[in-house]
Amino acid sequence: MATRAIAIENVKTGEVTEAVYEHPFVVRLCHWVNAVSLFVMAGSGLQIFRAFPSFGAKIPQKDLLNWPKAFALGGWLGGALQWHLTFMWIYIGTGLLYIGYQIFSGNYKQVLFVRRDLPGVWPMVRHYFLFGPKPPAREAYNPLQKHAYTSAIGLGLLSVLTGLAIWKPVQFSWLAWIMGGFHWARLWHFLIMWAMLAFVFGHLVMVVLHGWNNFVSMFTGWKKDPEYRSE
Amino acid sequence: MYSRTDSRKFKTISRRELLKLTPVIALGAFAIPQLQKPLLKGGLGFSDWASARLFRSGHLAPTFAESELTPLDKFPINDYDIDDPQVDFDKWTLTVTGAVQKPGDYTLAQIQALPKCTQNTRHVCIEGWDVIGRFGGARLSDFLKIIGADPTARFVTVECADDYYESLDMATAVHPQSLLCYEMYGQSLTREHGAPLRLSVPTKIGYKQAKYLTDLKVSHVLEKAGYWEDQGYSEFYGL
Repeated sequence: MATRAIAIENVKTGEVTEAVYEHPFVVRLCHWVNAVSLFVMAGSGLQIFRAFPSFGAKIPQKDLLNWPKAFALGGWLGGALQWHLTFMWIYIGTGLLYIGYQIFSGNYKQVLFVRRDLPGVWPMVRHYFLFGPKPPAREAYNPLQKHAYTSAIGLGLLSVLTGLAIWKPVQFSWLAWIMGGFHWARLWHFLIMWAMLAFVFGHLVMVVLHGWNNFVSMFTGWKKDPEYRSE
Repeated sequence: MYSRTDSRKFKTISRRELLKLTPVIALGAFAIPQLQKPLLKGGLGFSDWASARLFRSGHLAPTFAESELTPLDKFPINDYDIDDPQVDFDKWTLTVTGAVQKPGDYTLAQIQALPKCTQNTRHVCIEGWDVIGRFGGARLSDFLKIIGADPTARFVTVECADDYYESLDMATAVHPQSLLCYEMYGQSLTREHGAPLRLSVPTKIGYKQAKYLTDLKVSHVLEKAGYWEDQGYSEFYGL
């Protein structure tokens, strides 16, 4: 797809570099709001989990893990629920704004993983994890990146649906039913959080590896010296 | 699109784009102690508002087969204070006040004379666990009829022998599955489970299912939402 590109002439040296506009304003806004929301939702969610750190019966209760309070948000169950039930609206709102924008602007083509991207996944995996040669970059995101981002958006949707199933098991009883019942919905909600946190971890590693210009682009939208040539 | 610029102008463009993100800083309000409390209260209030909108009077909570029941001895006993507030069953009455035509003391026999309703429903604790129990009792809506509750009243509040207190919005109070419960698993309530009378409201979270009831009030305004609500839990918490 056509990306807005610009040639920048250095006023002192006359040297010309290129920059491309990768991240539209709405995407950047949603990205940073969502970064805060995810932090709050995971932190308060873990505090809520501390109230009953199990997925079986209450009697006898078999604790799955004793999550440290230092890595949880809200102080106690009631406080954590206040955070969770407040930020879930911000989280959902950001998600709807993002998805709506991506669809109406057509920008989704930059992110959405489609069948055409499939052959490019393995070469990227080989490059990142097995020291394989670096496949040439053709667009803003490589196939593995698209796969990761598309999956993360899918996880976001699932986190909301599983959350609704355990928050409203009567009004949305059909949602819990689809997920295999109330107990499974709670377990899915928990596992989806870990999957999301795994994505965030990988994402942060990649941000560090890809350097300053890439990092700055999520603030200004513009990426200097892109690896690919714009059309 | 391809255009040219110089590095100075590009800096200006970049800065302008960066400044567009300033609204994100508004989230920092949640980190300011003086603002955090009212903001979270507002968020919880919004969730309650949405919950009340999502509540459907005609929609029934799922019911379960006998085989799915949690055995009575595995039904957790949760209270904020004491398991047994030493209710004197011989002297016990339910004191009715507020916007009703017939206030006064009602005996258990009067409540048991109402049509009995037995249902296997899920009891969901805010902590995250749940059990399926068999609850028997009179429909709260039937009781509200015999006491002549004002149909325009908005809340039903209860007080308990252990000083616990709770409230229900009227839509939930008159829901067909909301019970003044005097039986669990076909037997009279045990003291730990709230004898002689408790609430069983399968469309609400566990802390709303108050035990050892002593007083019931019908009101137009919510004076006391509930013990846990006063500690910071949701006022509505419909499931």
